[in-house]
Amino acid sequence: MPLSSRHLLGLQGVPKDDIQLILETANTFREVLERPIKKVPTLQGKTIVNLFYENSTRTRISFELAEKRLSSDTINFSQSSSSVKKGESLKDTIRNIEAMKIDMIIIRHSAAGTPHYLTKICNANIINAGDGIHEHPTQALLDMYSLKERFGKLEGLKVCIVGDVAHSRVALSNIYGLITMGAKVSVCGPSTMIPRFIEKLGVNVTYDIDEAIRDNDVLNVLRIQLERKAGGYFPSLREYAKYFGITQERLDNNKDITILHPGPINRGVEISSEVADGNNQIILHQVTNGVAIRMAVLYLLGTLN
Amino acid sequence: MNVILKDINLFNPLSKIDQKKVSILLKDGIISKIGNIDSKEFENSEVFELDSKYVVPGFIDMHVHLREPGREDEETIVTGSNAAANGGFTEIACMPNTSPAIDSAEIINFIKKHSTKHLVNVYPIAAASLGRNGEVLSPIAELFEAGAVALSDDGVAIKTSSLLRKVLEYSKMYDLPVIEHCEDETLSDGAMNEGINSTQLGLPPLPSVSEDLIVSRDILMAEYTGGKIHIAHISTKKSIQLVRKAKQKGINITAEVTPHHFTLTEDYLKSYDTNYKMNPPLRTEEDVNAVIEGLKDGTIDCIVSDHAPHSIEEKEEEFQYAPNGIIGLETMIGLSLSELYHKKILSLKEIVEKLSINPRNILKIPVPQFSIGEPANFTILDLDSVWTVDISKFKSKSRNTPFDKRLLSGKSFGVINNNQMFIDDSFVNI
Repeated sequence: MPLSSRHLLGLQGVPKDDIQLILETANTFREVLERPIKKVPTLQGKTIVNLFYENSTRTRISFELAEKRLSSDTINFSQSSSSVKKGESLKDTIRNIEAMKIDMIIIRHSAAGTPHYLTKICNANIINAGDGIHEHPTQALLDMYSLKERFGKLEGLKVCIVGDVAHSRVALSNIYGLITMGAKVSVCGPSTMIPRFIEKLGVNVTYDIDEAIRDNDVLNVLRIQLERKAGGYFPSLREYAKYFGITQERLDNNKDITILHPGPINRGVEISSEVADGNNQIILHQVTNGVAIRMAVLYLLGTLN
Repeated sequence: MNVILKDINLFNPLSKIDQKKVSILLKDGIISKIGNIDSKEFENSEVFELDSKYVVPGFIDMHVHLREPGREDEETIVTGSNAAANGGFTEIACMPNTSPAIDSAEIINFIKKHSTKHLVNVYPIAAASLGRNGEVLSPIAELFEAGAVALSDDGVAIKTSSLLRKVLEYSKMYDLPVIEHCEDETLSDGAMNEGINSTQLGLPPLPSVSEDLIVSRDILMAEYTGGKIHIAHISTKKSIQLVRKAKQKGINITAEVTPHHFTLTEDYLKSYDTNYKMNPPLRTEEDVNAVIEGLKDGTIDCIVSDHAPHSIEEKEEEFQYAPNGIIGLETMIGLSLSELYHKKILSLKEIVEKLSINPRNILKIPVPQFSIGEPANFTILDLDSVWTVDISKFKSKSRNTPFDKRLLSGKSFGVINNNQMFIDDSFVNI
């Protein structure tokens, strides 16, 4: 059964069957990544544009590798949103790129809804690689894949997302995806960083990190963006680390807990070095799985038509 | 020239006129006869068979952004006035956030000069502070003398309580209302109403309390100084409650609302269509219900368009970066009649009060009278005409509206003012 949409804009409203299909397809590509020759001809002749209007290292490299391993032709375009604002409009850029006959656009942009806008102005398949503080679906898919790999299933799994939930596209995509897959999701962080009414999405809220560690199978620890401190959302990095940072001591309450982090990590802020390199975390598995998940999404969308 | 409006329903709640199927004779734009008109007069006149359409005192939109001077590519004084006539208005008041701002007698004179000879009268609202910067009082006495009908830093609230106090005290000397855009700027870096929708759409939130705080501040300051506050485009349930209580206490306060705030909710933002991006943002259903309640019980005095023209290229920017606002002159009457009159929320009398009488009372502009010897200043309403909004037919230079293709019932059939008539898509001297 094919995917129900020709774009991947987010995980809100994406049916369980689609997520299941992506996760299963990623299994195949995960195996390809272990081969001496890590390349398959699946998307030969397809042209994919990586349109990054916001800085990104890991997501961009991950997509690019996934594209190359599927034998597609790839083009990279990086520009900061601010310089674009002064110059050519997004619409003109997209129309020009489309006129060069391309098949798929991977877009990262600082403004929420930009991938949705692209679907209205061009015919390519659109994959959201992060739009503002909205969604980052491939990150959530790779998180779910990593959890499924570790636990065998997602249903009933207790996952707590920790940190700046209000300004995180990773949090929102994870909430949608995990709830669809039957996991029990909660969020934990300083109250200034938990959006009002978030319970309406079906998640529990706690402000006590020790309780979150005790009551969950998994913590997905978000990166604290240092500029948020300037916004006054928390008093100091010291206070954040002291009351919400994940340390080895805190993990004594639940030695089996699994720690995820979408990266890049701020050692000593949201996560201590000991935990970041310790036995509970699966951070580098996430990174490897990210390539497989992106190969799966590219493959499923690229062969849809 | 002699004009006869035949078989009209003449309706002016101010002078309690409600006459069915009468005819009016206008001579050179002056009302010269009402009632039965001699057949002899018919031979010498242009006759409009109006078949029970309503003639009401010309509608006025007291919250319009003309972009001249500064952004003539988006709207000029003339194109904005044309849009007003096409939308059913004989008068408009224009906001001072032009470039330069309306903060000197010269700019007021410039606007007057560009609006003379038009059917539509344009009343400038002057900036409360110089350059709308919130620092120094604008030359209020001079602006009043030049013809300003109100003061406002619209686009933003008057920046500090101390300046607000001075503006209210100074404006009292001239009985000028102060129109406030109520928004606490320290809480307003958002792009849509704060709620579960803003979280789900990933758009930076604009909390309703930002509006409520300034409404509270302004009510307290109006009470303290005895000045006159008019709340622009009210949009939250809480703000409406605050105004209702203030009115009960006898504080000098009035309020207006836009059609989009009684027609649309934040749910429309799900499309990321920038034509739903405005400030104040679209709110929740609860707020819309409160607006409707406020319109019914008189807490909200006027309906205004907040006509805010923007170029296509600016509205096509990414949602967060696109400018706020929609045009509204040419849809406001249709929306008011469809959403309020036909849904039996407001009577025709209340519609006329909120679109014609109350705004003039607030700005101290005389309400058109229907008596012999008075100049004709009319809006002719076709209450039951069902029509589809078509932006390609708009007279405005801009096209930013979410209401294109919307089916509406009720519209302006034409307007008459300043010896001119706008009917069948064109201006005629009468």
